[in-house]
Amino acid sequence: MYVAVKGGEQAIDNAHRLLAKKRRGDTSVAELGVEQIRQQLPLAVARVMTEGSLYDAELAALAIKQAAGDLVEAIFLLRAYRTTLPRFSASLPIDTSAMHINRRLSATFKDVPGGQLLGPTFDYTHRLLDFTLLAEGEYPGPQTQPDGRVEACPRVSGLLAKEGLIKEETDSGAPVADITREPLEYPASRAERLQALARGDEGFLLALGYSTQRGYGRNHPFAGEIRVGEVEVWIEPQELGFPIAIGVIEVTECEMVNQFVGSATELPQFTRGYGLAFGHAERKAMGMALVDRSLRAAEYAEEIVSPAQQEEFVLAHCDNVEAAGFVSHLKLPHYVDFQAELELIRKLRKPSKEQAR
Amino acid sequence: MNAATQSHAQPRPERDEAYNFAYLDEQTKRMIRRGLLKAVAIPGYQVPFGGREMPLPYGWGTGGMQLTAAILGAEDVLKVIDQGADDTTNAVSIRRFFARTAGVETTERTPEATIIQTRHRIPETPLHADQIMVYQVPIPDPLRFIEPSETETRTMHALNDYGVMHVKLYEDIATFGHIATAYAYPVTVNERYVMDPSPIPKFDNPKLDMSPALMLFAAGREKRLYAVPPFTRVTSLDFEDHPFEVQKWAHNCAICGSHDSFLDELILDDRGTQSFVCSDTDYCAQRVSQGRAEQ
Amino acid sequence: MIAAQHLHEKLHQDVLADPVQPLLKVKGLSKLYGPEKGCQDVSFELYPGEVLGIVGESGSGKSTLLSLLSGRCLPDSGVIDYRTTQDHWLDLYSASEAERRTLLRTEWGFVEQNPRDGLRMAVSAGANIGERLMAQGVRNYQQLRAAGLDWLNQVEIDPARIDDLPRTFSGGMQQRLQIARNLVSGPRLVFMDEPTGGLDVSVQARLLDLMRGLVRELDLAVVIVTHDLAVARLLADRLMVMRRSRVVETGLTDQILDDPQHPYSQLLVSSVLQP
Repeated sequence: MYVAVKGGEQAIDNAHRLLAKKRRGDTSVAELGVEQIRQQLPLAVARVMTEGSLYDAELAALAIKQAAGDLVEAIFLLRAYRTTLPRFSASLPIDTSAMHINRRLSATFKDVPGGQLLGPTFDYTHRLLDFTLLAEGEYPGPQTQPDGRVEACPRVSGLLAKEGLIKEETDSGAPVADITREPLEYPASRAERLQALARGDEGFLLALGYSTQRGYGRNHPFAGEIRVGEVEVWIEPQELGFPIAIGVIEVTECEMVNQFVGSATELPQFTRGYGLAFGHAERKAMGMALVDRSLRAAEYAEEIVSPAQQEEFVLAHCDNVEAAGFVSHLKLPHYVDFQAELELIRKLRKPSKEQAR
Repeated sequence: MNAATQSHAQPRPERDEAYNFAYLDEQTKRMIRRGLLKAVAIPGYQVPFGGREMPLPYGWGTGGMQLTAAILGAEDVLKVIDQGADDTTNAVSIRRFFARTAGVETTERTPEATIIQTRHRIPETPLHADQIMVYQVPIPDPLRFIEPSETETRTMHALNDYGVMHVKLYEDIATFGHIATAYAYPVTVNERYVMDPSPIPKFDNPKLDMSPALMLFAAGREKRLYAVPPFTRVTSLDFEDHPFEVQKWAHNCAICGSHDSFLDELILDDRGTQSFVCSDTDYCAQRVSQGRAEQ
Repeated sequence: MIAAQHLHEKLHQDVLADPVQPLLKVKGLSKLYGPEKGCQDVSFELYPGEVLGIVGESGSGKSTLLSLLSGRCLPDSGVIDYRTTQDHWLDLYSASEAERRTLLRTEWGFVEQNPRDGLRMAVSAGANIGERLMAQGVRNYQQLRAAGLDWLNQVEIDPARIDDLPRTFSGGMQQRLQIARNLVSGPRLVFMDEPTGGLDVSVQARLLDLMRGLVRELDLAVVIVTHDLAVARLLADRLMVMRRSRVVETGLTDQILDDPQHPYSQLLVSSVLQP
């Protein structure tokens, strides 16, 4: 009689073995190497690193392999690994104005100091399936100068700021909380919000950002600047007393320029939303920048009426590891609660004396 | 064979040295224990804590696992149940996790356990003072489904502003003639905080009141923990003229014959033939072996 | 004795004890969102049982003022003192959030323009009426039920509809239900924001009539915001005329409506009287 609920241990072991088999697929086809994933699926790797909050392309590629290509599962794997890592130090803020730029565009000015740089992009491609990729072959790509450098590119927002046309972003100097170590409390600081958004699900942020464009918390965005490239990471160990560079990471940064009407005491100025992601991840950075701006509604005394403007709603639901976990827990047994409901619904269906009011 | 005296504990397993004892690092465990001290000091109050990512999905007991990890010692004996049973898949998975990462003894016997992690039930066997219950909680705030905003619900808790909880109960009585909440039935702890006892059936609510065991609750995704210290008043919300009452079954357990335990319903065939058995598998098994011993 | 009755009797004794003391003293209240947006430098006193109308066109600052008076938002500057049933003066803005909330669900009421904002639309009329009593600790279902039936009767809603959801009610009934939900705790001061705003003219008349009766019967002090001078004339003892964030004229209702002094009041009155 207990067969239905017994035998859990054996079942779990078997399920895991079947999963391994499914992941490997037909063994007559060569196994996918982690390095292949890292080299040939760089955009998937970027997403897993960003939402996994860990810049390690090899581990991200491993997670993608282990998760059989399920990116949310891969993000989860990377996060669970990340928790076990000790924290040696916090880096100094990265300086994206000193970025070694691979791609840069501004939709607000036709030309900007440093120029527009198209770089590698799906934009302007025709989305036609390329059947030549079915056949394995070498694709040489264009000639690039490995030592070619783009001239210094000051940030577009900085140009607007010189004229006082855009709200200054100032460092309050307040300590920055780490939302992976301390619980998020509302209202959150902007630093905490940006952390949550950086870890947030790309699809969720994309949809919310999109909703602001369609009028649910509209704030008239312009892509002030998107830049993709390498930046140096510096730390300043206490025992040294001076900063040292520990490596280079690729990031995508997006600054949106948005409207603001001014107030009783201030002249009209543009405002901004900010997005940053590991690797080449434009859609994520743009979605994040749109949502960052819409979450600043209270700061600019805008009426909070739409989902993208509601801090608690956005921050409590943007994390896909949390969301996927809680949705999937519906697969766990709920016999006891269901039994209680069954008993109740049967009781409710019996006519009660008090109902004859 | 006398089951009551024989130990059913599993032999102490080998600990996987690649991980910290019980997975979490010591600093994290200390942080959680500090949160627990606060929770015990303010019974029923939800303490925010820096919940960590665990290698199990959110909603599958990550909060309970973190608490268990934080309080587990090498000498502890751990029991894990889900729906009252030790052998449901998630209970197995969590028990294995701690066997592997902490190398602790595990048991299915309620009286032998020093820590019992649970989802959705409190064991039928009365608990004693040397035991700690760890509850897995999905949504810690009993006000959440009435007021979605965390800022607002925290204010309501702070201001003892709980009138709206009774609005729900009033509405049940007006609609159905009695209170229609079957599980996660809200309670008042120590005459102050309204608390979600986790999705245990209301059948189990009275076991929380003045229990000699320490009750700890944690929601991993929501990053909240709370506690009911031993011998604390826990009352279920109700009206004077519609007092709280627990479920009763017209059947006895088909295996052990118990008439006062929480029963799961099994459907035996296509004609819908029902059978009822204890949800608490250890309780049921003990009753059976005791019965045999007496014969 | 249920809490509402208790409060009400207490209130009555209080008023009898000292009829000349004001209930509310407002001094130099300002809150600006932009130049002349919001309200500034508002001072007045409100006495027990008195109905004060705040009139003016939309954007003149009436609703901001009402939010400030009811403690729902905090001013840039200014002070409000409220005399509680215990007869001590409470500084509204230095009071704790807990004290303000307690006031708002016991001694005060707030009737929203849109009944959907003031009612719990997902629960029955009876639950709506009972909520304040439950918040005050009433734990007897039959007693809550009795209060619900009594108040439905008082606001002229068929008591048989006690278990119906507010969305099955007409706009006028919803507004009367909202009033019942507020009055059940026996408040002594009620704020009303365009309570007849979204209603048909015939429905308005019935609601006004009911409100006038209740205000007199319960000796309520009321601050009512309206852009409708007919509503003001019917309900208010005294008027404050607001324009571009400032009070431009204040006085007895008849005096202002029949003989307005400020050019803006004159304009407001004449624009209504002309067909």
